[in-house]
Amino acid sequence: MGVRGELPILLGVTPFGMIYGVLALSAGLTPLQSQLMSSIVFAGSSQFMLVQLINLGTPALIMIATGFVINLRHALYSLSVAPYLQHLSPLWKVLLSYLLTDEAYAVGIMRLQHPEEGEYKHWYLLGAGIALWSCWQLSTAAGIFLGAQVPPGWGLDFTLALTFIALAVPAINDTPALLAALVAGITSILTRDLPYKLNLIAAAVAGITIGLWSDKE
Amino acid sequence: MNSFWFIMAAVGLLTFLTRLSFILLQDRWQPPALVTRGLRFVPVAVLTAIFIPEILLVENQISFSLSNLRLLAGIIAILVAYKTKSALWTIAVGMGAFWLLTWLL
Repeated sequence: MGVRGELPILLGVTPFGMIYGVLALSAGLTPLQSQLMSSIVFAGSSQFMLVQLINLGTPALIMIATGFVINLRHALYSLSVAPYLQHLSPLWKVLLSYLLTDEAYAVGIMRLQHPEEGEYKHWYLLGAGIALWSCWQLSTAAGIFLGAQVPPGWGLDFTLALTFIALAVPAINDTPALLAALVAGITSILTRDLPYKLNLIAAAVAGITIGLWSDKE
Repeated sequence: MNSFWFIMAAVGLLTFLTRLSFILLQDRWQPPALVTRGLRFVPVAVLTAIFIPEILLVENQISFSLSNLRLLAGIIAILVAYKTKSALWTIAVGMGAFWLLTWLL
């Protein structure tokens, strides 16, 4: 079920994974390194950033700090899904944490928050996570394999923005949520020059704050 | 490139621990009610914060110009997402609009 929920999203993620594969090779990584980064890090935006930093010859510690801070928003996801996973075994928690990406979270949380009671909702998150993981590994491999044959003029990287539009807009179901989205979007633009994509954290905090403020009955 | 695997291991581990953090902490620490209420805004806030710069910025400058095809196609995609609530239609129509606009303009 989670797999099916995730399928449309894969359409947007696949080109992005391929572009990553192409960029990783052109940054001088071996095919094995490029592929394993997708398995070990498994976080698109930080992988893109790391590949660029490798190209620039950035010191290791800076790269580690950058990768870490870019992925800090995942702590919010962790906090957000935690109440629904409390009854699970440690192994489940570890597995679902590894799979907790932007896209799997966005699809999974809609189901988790659904008011119907269910002991097995975490399977939905698992399905979404595995679907996304497989897609990310395969599209990375395709990008590595195709190499420079993926034409840059097609604007395939635009699919990432479309994916997030497809996930965000349907989740706006009342005025506080709309305000949270608007304020987050504006903040993200205004703070775009912050390092390490910290504008995303600033935007999340601003959006959540305005959402809470407008939400009181 | 020797440091490559070290960097991978470190970023991979830190990312994993970030994702695991509150899922594991939950047993010992309950977030205050205000935080719990705020969590429902996490998806819309973070996702919007990611895609708005993607469609609004051209070379790090805000561009409301008609030549910013990503903004035009993005607005179309937002309307499709709002009307259909379908990810498939949103991505397909958005990308189609982007290619069509590129070809027309």
